[in-house]
Amino acid sequence: MAAVTLRGFGWRHAGRRRWALRGVDLRIEAGERVLLLGPSGAGKSTLLAALAGLLPEDSGEQQGTVEIDGLDPRKARERVGIVFQDPESQLVMARCGDDVAFGLENRGVPTDEIWPRVDEALRRVGFPYHRERATAALSGGEQQRLALAGALVLRPGLLLLDEPTANLDPAGGELVRRAVAGALDADTTLILVEHRVADALPLVDRVVVLEAGGGVRADGPPEAVFAAYGDALADEGVWVPGHPIPPRHATASAGEALLAAERAGLPPRLAATDLRVRAGEALAVLGPNGAGKSTLALLLGGLLRPGSGRVVATAALADRDAGTPPHRWRAPALARRIGSVFQDPEHQFVTGTVHDELALGPRRTGQPEPAVRATVDALLDRLRLTKLAGANPYTLSGGEARRLSVATALATAPRLLICDEPTFGQDRRTWRELVDLFADLRDAGHGVVTVTHDADFVAALADRTVTLRRPEDRT
Amino acid sequence: MISLEPVAEPGAPLARRNPVAKLAAALVFSVVMVATLDPVAPAIAIAVELALLPLFGIRYRVLARRALPLLVGGFGIVVTLVLFAADRSGRVLLDAGPLLVTSGVLVTALGLALRMFAVALPGIIVFATTDPTDLADALVQNAKAPARFAIGALAAFRLVPLLGQEWQMIEMARRARGVDAGRNPVARLRLFTSTAFALLVGAIRRGTRLAVAMDARGFDAGTPRTVARRQHFGTADGLLVAGAAVLAGAALAVSVALGTFRPLIG
Repeated sequence: MAAVTLRGFGWRHAGRRRWALRGVDLRIEAGERVLLLGPSGAGKSTLLAALAGLLPEDSGEQQGTVEIDGLDPRKARERVGIVFQDPESQLVMARCGDDVAFGLENRGVPTDEIWPRVDEALRRVGFPYHRERATAALSGGEQQRLALAGALVLRPGLLLLDEPTANLDPAGGELVRRAVAGALDADTTLILVEHRVADALPLVDRVVVLEAGGGVRADGPPEAVFAAYGDALADEGVWVPGHPIPPRHATASAGEALLAAERAGLPPRLAATDLRVRAGEALAVLGPNGAGKSTLALLLGGLLRPGSGRVVATAALADRDAGTPPHRWRAPALARRIGSVFQDPEHQFVTGTVHDELALGPRRTGQPEPAVRATVDALLDRLRLTKLAGANPYTLSGGEARRLSVATALATAPRLLICDEPTFGQDRRTWRELVDLFADLRDAGHGVVTVTHDADFVAALADRTVTLRRPEDRT
Repeated sequence: MISLEPVAEPGAPLARRNPVAKLAAALVFSVVMVATLDPVAPAIAIAVELALLPLFGIRYRVLARRALPLLVGGFGIVVTLVLFAADRSGRVLLDAGPLLVTSGVLVTALGLALRMFAVALPGIIVFATTDPTDLADALVQNAKAPARFAIGALAAFRLVPLLGQEWQMIEMARRARGVDAGRNPVARLRLFTSTAFALLVGAIRRGTRLAVAMDARGFDAGTPRTVARRQHFGTADGLLVAGAAVLAGAALAVSVALGTFRPLIG
């Protein structure tokens, strides 16, 4: 039970010119359930960090005031719980029960009260295992449930959820949302940041939309807000229900074969798999967690050596190298033929600026400098990155980093593009741009393979799907 | 790859002892063995350590696997010293042209290898029988280590296995970008450095996120902490440390009595 009051609140991180958040006036009563929306860069995460008391006074400049029950949030931390996006970096202990107990120890709760409260919190989020279970053995959805238990065990009056399901597959996301719905007390205040509005709506009774330049654009019951602002929000990237994206399927039939997996596998991660990739075709690889989809993407991308079977490139893809398996090609030859986009964009960044990042591939593959410049400029423009050409890739937002990682793979003009979960956690605008980009590539005769959980993406783009099963489910 | 997970049967009588007691006992043993240059005391110490192994619930095969890098290192020390040591005193054991092996060289080489084993084995035994969480708890509760340090190190330790996967990912991602080194050693070194840098950047970012998440749950906020898991330092634990001191002392005494004792200093 906690009420939130912001009066003309703003925050500028030390060393930044731009205000992350500005001129926000907002009053949230105890027990309200609020969905916080806004275009990417509107300061949603900064607002949650301020409410959680996680912005030390010396880490930036503040305008106006923010209060929880009349207190500075830095002094009201025991009233607030927060769950972040990345499950891997918010679990502290090796065993599940210990992790939930961690917060209680920090708050000085007497030892004999700790374990009953831990068990109760685990039960409330529907945690299926004993408290001795190793945190490393949990799936992403289970880890986020555990993180939720770790926040709820402290009985916060205000619970903040910062895109808690963005890094999860649909089944994991559903697990977490069910846990939130079932575990909240009637008088707990909730503030949720989430792009996928349809998933979040059952949890909330009020929607607040932040304006990118500062202030609050809209505030009210979900129906009223979306009736008035739904179209504009959808254009800015919010997944407003009832705004479908038109599909882009192939207009011509698929062309020549480019690459084939012949009983290719890598025990125990991936069972022997047969697959043929064609030019002018968008192929989607589906399957549950643990089926080896990412491993298959690495095998097809010539980045891992198959443990069994083989991956064969055709002459159409590899000319005279067709006799050699892709994992034995030199890197520049590989990059010219097969582009790979990893699940985590940051793994792929090698240089200090967005511009150099795009120029790297063309230079490595021996293109002359004028051609490099033309390629870089075209990609910057196509993926809305021109203004960021001088920025450090590690400082980009999630959507910008994703667009850059796709652009770097395209810079060497490979005939085949392989992407691992390209739409994970993306807002509607970037999502739509990715569909268009991949569809254009496909229509221009490239092969596009995406490993994905995203059913909407498959429906919008894929011409053919292949579904993997877990190795242990096979006979 | 060095594994740090405990491998012992948790019920074994000495494995159950307080982690701080085990650590102190190991430390006593190691310090005494560092102090002497002779081969006799370390040989006795190793015999004692191996004889006590069943009480720690570790099977000899498991220990051998874990101590493999050590065995390789010990062999390396003996070979290097036999080939290159300046001291060629003592009886000639083998004279094959440039290769001259004397008893003096052999004793020094064996002594050094044995010392390394005697110093390292107790540490291996402690980590093979101790859960990291229990160690952190005991350090805070029994050795009065600051929680900020012990729990912080424990949380960071949990992220270590991820670094291996991350390294492999970064390598593959670079290959996908057209970056490889081929056979050129300079290019290899540059690639290694830049991969290590990317790994470091990622580790710092993840560590920062973890620190914020720990902050949000009240870690290091100035409130006196309570403990969920109690660690006891009892009589048996005291006896373990005392026993280690007595046994290490006895090994030294035997060496002195036999006239082989050569102190490190003096």
